[in-house]
Parts: sequence; structure tokens; C-alpha cells
Amino acid sequence: MRSALNLAQNDEEVDRVDDPAVLKQAMVRVAQAQDREAFQLLFSYFAPRVKAVLLKAGSQESQAEDLMQDVMMTVWRKAKLYAPERGSVNAWVFTVARNARIDLLRRASSRPYDDVYEIELESDVASGEDNMFETERAERVSEALAELPEDQRQIIELGFIEDMSQSEIAKKLDLPLGTVKSRMRLAYGKMKSKLEAVR
Amino acid sequence: MNIHHHLDEATLLRYASGDLDSAFTMVVAAHLAMCDSCRQAARDAEEIGGHMMDRVAQAPVSSNAFEKMMARIDAGQDEQIEVDVSRHKKADSDVPLPLRNLIGDHLDDVRWRLVAPGVRKHEIKMGKKGESSLYMLNISPGMAMPEHGHGGAEMTLILSGAYRDKLGVFGPGDVADLDEHIEHQPVVEPGEACICLVATETPTRFKDFIVRLMQPFVRI
Ligand SMILES: [Zn+2]
Repeated sequence: MRSALNLAQNDEEVDRVDDPAVLKQAMVRVAQAQDREAFQLLFSYFAPRVKAVLLKAGSQESQAEDLMQDVMMTVWRKAKLYAPERGSVNAWVFTVARNARIDLLRRASSRPYDDVYEIELESDVASGEDNMFETERAERVSEALAELPEDQRQIIELGFIEDMSQSEIAKKLDLPLGTVKSRMRLAYGKMKSKLEAVR
Repeated sequence: MNIHHHLDEATLLRYASGDLDSAFTMVVAAHLAMCDSCRQAARDAEEIGGHMMDRVAQAPVSSNAFEKMMARIDAGQDEQIEVDVSRHKKADSDVPLPLRNLIGDHLDDVRWRLVAPGVRKHEIKMGKKGESSLYMLNISPGMAMPEHGHGGAEMTLILSGAYRDKLGVFGPGDVADLDEHIEHQPVVEPGEACICLVATETPTRFKDFIVRLMQPFVRI
């Protein structure tokens, strides 16, 4: 009961900030001015989502709460690595959560991912025009995913949200590994053709 | 950089979802450091993650979660990290940024071990036991790598020099992102040694590889 109430509350807050441009602006203010109000907005939007993803990926409740804290802390600490011209805040926070899972659960290193972000920042950036384009990119990706057939969408969800490996997905769905791979490629291909249509 | 051989799309999705182990992640990241188009593709793949996370049913967080975080910041343990974007283009480095943490700034400084005539190897220790292995190879010009069927996936990124196989010529920045069942027989192009970064799924494989290297070479 309590969780249902909380959820409703979260949804109301979400209505006010569910706009990629608002999130992006907030993220930039956090990076440039350590703006806590902006960060609070990001926190109220992302913390329940990050925690949900961690739970779906197999964390226990208390571990998910702690990990969520670490993820949001990293969003704050590494704010300057976020390149607004290069992608949505959603995708950025997703990668921070992904990296936390890699570092903490698998004991590998997410360092290479950060290095790639740094390179991205440094490579020729983006005028206001590209900024528009990047928002459009994120929209195209969403469109493509909304149109995916269920069998492809399910594989994407298992891989990105439930943190399953390709071979785990194959086992769970009782499919050959090759089929999992080809469905992934199909899903990706659809997204790509949507993106190319706007290029 | 003129790159002709890129990452498989399934690999890009695995990278974006965090499904690759440390050895393969490193080869992918090193290619991304060299390849603008795959870097954009990886970004797009990460947008998939953003989209999926955005639509997940939210989980309630503890009521004082934000205050807790602000307290950590006030305590001064969690300062923002400054980013030094000039590191990547450091003029005197010929090593892709992600790999520099493991082997330093210069290919010349890598310490090689001769494992077969014309074949030098440098093992990179990382990740957990039983995971894929990561190593560098330095193969002399004209040297053929014997055909090796792959017991598992293998990924090779050329850092300098070039080799040729039935898929074409692989030069600096090119990546051979191979499925288990692809057979190939690279031969290093004349002129200079070929230095590459390799991740292989099964560590024992390399032994077979060396055994085969000991067999007579085809030279061009
Ligand atoms: Zn590429």
C-alpha cells in the first residue's frame, strides 16, 4: 500500500520534469555551478528509476537503496563528463548505473567507459543546431523501440534492464544464442534506419 | 583515421548494456577511442538503455535519501571530478586512451616476450580468473598467422602495421570482431610489424595457437 502511494507521488513530480530539455538544463547547472536545486530535480526523477533498474537486475532492497545512492552521487561527481550535445540525460544516468553494476557486482572496471566519455567531450562539439539534432536522436530511438515486435523488445529489456548476458537470455527464453544475437541486430538495425532517415 | 572494419552491432549492444567482460570491454573501448562512427553508434545504443530505464515502473526510495546525499556532499567526501579533455590527444602518445592505464603511453615501451619466431606477446592481466584473456601481439612483416578456428569469440584491434586475410586488409583502428565459427588466416603485410590488441574468450586457446605457429609458416 505504502509503495503504491509513493509511486503516485513520484508520478506527480515526474509530470513537471518529464521533458528532456529540462533534465538537460538541470544537468548542465549541476556541472557548471554545483546547483543543488537542479540536482534535487534530477534526483526526484532518476532515483526511483535507478533503484527500480537495480532491483530488476537482482539487487536486494537495501543494497538497491545503497547502490542508488552511489549512482546518484556519481551523477553529481562526474557531472562534467556529461556532454549535453551528445545524448539525453536518461542515457547518461543509465550508463552511470550500468557502470556501478559493473564496478560493484562484477568487480571489473568501468574506467574504459569513462575514458570514452572523455574522448567524446574532447572531439569537435556541437553547435545549437546539433543540440536540436541530439534531442531528435533520442526521440527517434524511443520511437523505434516503441515499434519493436515483442520478441525483440523483450531481449533488449532483459539485456539492458535485467542485466542478463546474451547466453543467460538464450537460456531463459530457450533460444539458440545465434537467435538472440540476430534479434538484437534486428532491433538495432531498426533504430539505425530511423536515425538515418533524419540525417 | 581511415577505418574499414568496425564492431558488430550485437557487440555494440553488449558494450552498451554492460554485458562484455573486462578484456572485451577494453578492446571495444580502444576501438571507440579511434573510431568516430562506432562511438556515435555506441551512444545510440546507450540511448536504448536510457529509454528502457525511463519506462521502468519506479521503485520508492527512502524518504530522506536526498538529504543523506547532501550530507555526504557537505562532509566534503564527494567533490566533483574535473575532466581533463586534453589527455586523449596527447601529442606524443600512440596508445588509445583507455589502454594507456594498462600499458603506458607508448607502444615502444611495451615489453614483449618472444613466443615463436617473429611472434611476440605481451599479456595484460585484468579482470577475474576464468574470464577472457587480453594480450597484445607483435608480429613481424610477412609472417602468417596459421588458420585458427575459434573456440569462442575473439576480437582483434590493430594498433599499428597491418595484416591481410580473406576479409581484407586490417590497418590501424580496424577491428576484427569475429564470431566463433569464422575461420581466417591473417598474414602481416610487408614493411612493418603488426601490433594488435586481442581479447579471446577461452584462455586455453592461445596454446593451440602457439602450437600451430610452430608449424612451418607460409611466407609471402
Ligand atoms: Zn568503428
